[in-house]
Amino acid sequence: MTEIVKYGAAILIILGALLSLITTIGIIRLPDTYTRSHAASKSATLGIMFILTGALLFFWAEKGYISARLVLGIVFVFITSPVAGHLISRAAYYTNVPLWEKTVQDDLKMKKEASSVQTVETKQKMPQHS
Amino acid sequence: MSFQILLNFVIAFVWMFLNNSRAGITFVIGYILGILILFILRRFFSERFYLGRVYAVVKLLFIFLRELFKSNIAVIQDVLKPKLDIQPCIFALPITVKREWEITVLANLITLTPGTLVVDISDDNALLYIHAMNINDVDETIDDIKNTFEKAIMEVSRL
Repeated sequence: MTEIVKYGAAILIILGALLSLITTIGIIRLPDTYTRSHAASKSATLGIMFILTGALLFFWAEKGYISARLVLGIVFVFITSPVAGHLISRAAYYTNVPLWEKTVQDDLKMKKEASSVQTVETKQKMPQHS
Repeated sequence: MSFQILLNFVIAFVWMFLNNSRAGITFVIGYILGILILFILRRFFSERFYLGRVYAVVKLLFIFLRELFKSNIAVIQDVLKPKLDIQPCIFALPITVKREWEITVLANLITLTPGTLVVDISDDNALLYIHAMNINDVDETIDDIKNTFEKAIMEVSRL
């Protein structure tokens, strides 16, 4: 039984390492910030989760010790990394990082233009108020 | 929901006092008895029986995991394909969920779905702006999100 669990842990860790490698390849190959953020926010999450789960299983089989911190780590990575991907891509969009030239459709442009017009108007109004 | 859980704990503690025992097993027995009592008295609460909601949360968690696996397979396919034939786009998705935590969970789910990434939320919380890897399957993605995720989230928040 412990042998089987150990092999399972080994397979999980190898899978996680492979996923992290593929994330890296994706970050090099994909053309712009947003598509790179796709690769980084998905594959890296699952890769790290696999590696941590593998470590958890290994120490359970080898030492009979279940580390609660590893479980917490898995949960934290799972919750926080999509938010990080969202924030990075949003910050990139509002600081005018260009989309890839083959991008076909951009619904967000209208909202951004509307908000930038608004800020310009308020900036023009500011001196009158003061 | 939290009130019913609290009540269930109180019943379990009362059971421990009645038995004059501090063992964990007594607590478990008392908790199961409490579930039975709350189930019998479920129509006196304004909300529905709380285990139904717990079941919905567990289902949502499994949807999360399933989508994570699917999206990883999709990303691997896109990245390792010899020819890069992606067609990115940003599209707007109208959403029906209203409360902030529901929108957050929905946005996280969409970010973990194959080929989609939430970029922004409109000011009136009615539209999600989503960056998609491939424009071809945008309509399909919208249907998917509507039918599975929003439904699962509404199942959790339903009274």
